Amino acid sequence: MVNRKRKILDWGNSILFLGPTTFFFVITVIIPFIYGIYLTFHSMSTPTDPLVFSGVENYVQAINDTRFWESLWITIKFVFATTILINIVGFCLAYLVTLVIERAKVQNFLRSAYFTPNLIGGLVLGFIWQFVFVQILPAIGDFTGIKWLELGWLGDPVMAFWALVIVTVWQQSGYMMIIFIAGLISIPKDLMEAATIDGAGPLKRLRYVILPLMVPSFVVTIFLSLRNAFMIYDLNLSLTDGGPYNSTLMATMHVVNKAFIEYDYGTGQAEAIVLFIIVAVITGLQVYFSKKKEIEA
Amino acid sequence: MMSKAGKLSKALAYIIAFIVFCFYIFPFILIVINSFKSNGEILTNPFALPESWRFSHFKEVFVRMNFPVTFKNSLIITVFSTLLILLFSSMAAYHLVRKPTKYNKIFFSILVASMVIPFQSLMIPLIHIYGAKFRLIHQMPIPLLIGFYIGFGSSLSIFIFHGFIKSIPYEIEEAARIDGCNTLQTYFFVVLPLLKPITVTVAVINILWIWNDYLLPSLVLNTESVFTMPIKMKVFFGTYMNDWELLIPAILITILPIYIFYFLCQKYVISGVIQGSIK
Repeated sequence: MVNRKRKILDWGNSILFLGPTTFFFVITVIIPFIYGIYLTFHSMSTPTDPLVFSGVENYVQAINDTRFWESLWITIKFVFATTILINIVGFCLAYLVTLVIERAKVQNFLRSAYFTPNLIGGLVLGFIWQFVFVQILPAIGDFTGIKWLELGWLGDPVMAFWALVIVTVWQQSGYMMIIFIAGLISIPKDLMEAATIDGAGPLKRLRYVILPLMVPSFVVTIFLSLRNAFMIYDLNLSLTDGGPYNSTLMATMHVVNKAFIEYDYGTGQAEAIVLFIIVAVITGLQVYFSKKKEIEA
Repeated sequence: MMSKAGKLSKALAYIIAFIVFCFYIFPFILIVINSFKSNGEILTNPFALPESWRFSHFKEVFVRMNFPVTFKNSLIITVFSTLLILLFSSMAAYHLVRKPTKYNKIFFSILVASMVIPFQSLMIPLIHIYGAKFRLIHQMPIPLLIGFYIGFGSSLSIFIFHGFIKSIPYEIEEAARIDGCNTLQTYFFVVLPLLKPITVTVAVINILWIWNDYLLPSLVLNTESVFTMPIKMKVFFGTYMNDWELLIPAILITILPIYIFYFLCQKYVISGVIQGSIK
């Protein structure tokens, strides 16, 4: 009797504590995800069309869609460039405002300031930087006579790509800085002192004490920057809109255009699933290998 | 006492920090000074202060962006989504930490794994189910969007809460149990107050994301009366292409609310986020 009551109470608690989250998670992520895979085996051009089974037709279309693979290649280059730069810049900022500058007031002020780009979302961010690239840089170029600043960045395929990289690094490095600061603060003080007494200069301390202890922070920041870079859309849309000549059209934007502009939902969905598999494999490998490193370090 | 070389490198560090500081805030400064200028002034010298501080463009943008309604929509969506995410995610995380059964562990793994699903692989089925099949997008777009945000936001939020709750010793709760609190009471009176720093972190992450999000709301909100700030901004930019004297004030009033929020609780934001990511 008591046991049964206990069991009912346990069930009640599970439903109370997990129920709401489970409900919303299932209706927005789980069901659409499974249904999305089901959809890839059917042909449809708009969401209201009746579903007709079409086998692997959508995947064949996706494989033959050269524009899709081009957009994936651009995305991979973008992911590579931003992940490396965000982590380097983010770590340097954290090092600067934690271990080099030690006045608490200045530290807090700079940390808050470096974080501010995160307040602006991708869409508006793109509009602000459009102003910078279209109006401000040419004005600086005019004033100083520096030729490459005068050119319109967003009109040149290579420069437009780097414009996207610069804005992304500018925005996200402040966020990663916070995670690195948390890591740096938790390094035991006596460890640093011991290293100093043993004659290790700042560079040696960085190489042999700080960096090995920062591996767990890097696991998180690299994961986040990989994931953010693969999923970039808003900034891509507002800063370059894929141009010039599709040179900055990333995979996510290609999928959105395929579905909502070209009205090819089936192929778009199949390409979205391909994109998911790529993101899952790459981030999975990253976490697996860096966790291994974490144990060794 | 510091050596001469030490002093010099300190000075250098401050100079670098200042240059970086300028680089991180200059777009914001430029937006502020140029939002009071006319097109002519902006084109001749974007760095100069305005000749006179004109508010006329603000008034115009305010009306054309339908600011009161747009702002209200963004506010309602952000506030309700964030509050519900905080409540539901912290409760779920608490349960998952304290009752690590086999099913709960599997559920937690699924939540974490779902973070690598790009939104693009869910959007077509979402539209298909909630737009075409159930027509909820047409009947109740704002509640539907809030529900979506709870669903999409819960994985990361639970993950962060989970890591923090693990570090809270169970003994603290035991005392409350002995005093006769049930699980719900223990959660609200003992656990929730301990979660304050991490709650700030999770709140900030969700507020910044939801307030600024574009793609998901642009798919769900299809009529002018329910538009959020980023959607309206996108429409506005398309309409007034290159008309910077209107675009720049529009950018400013879009980002200003979030800047004000940040400056009001900036102390809690940075230290909260740092504390939150230590555990």
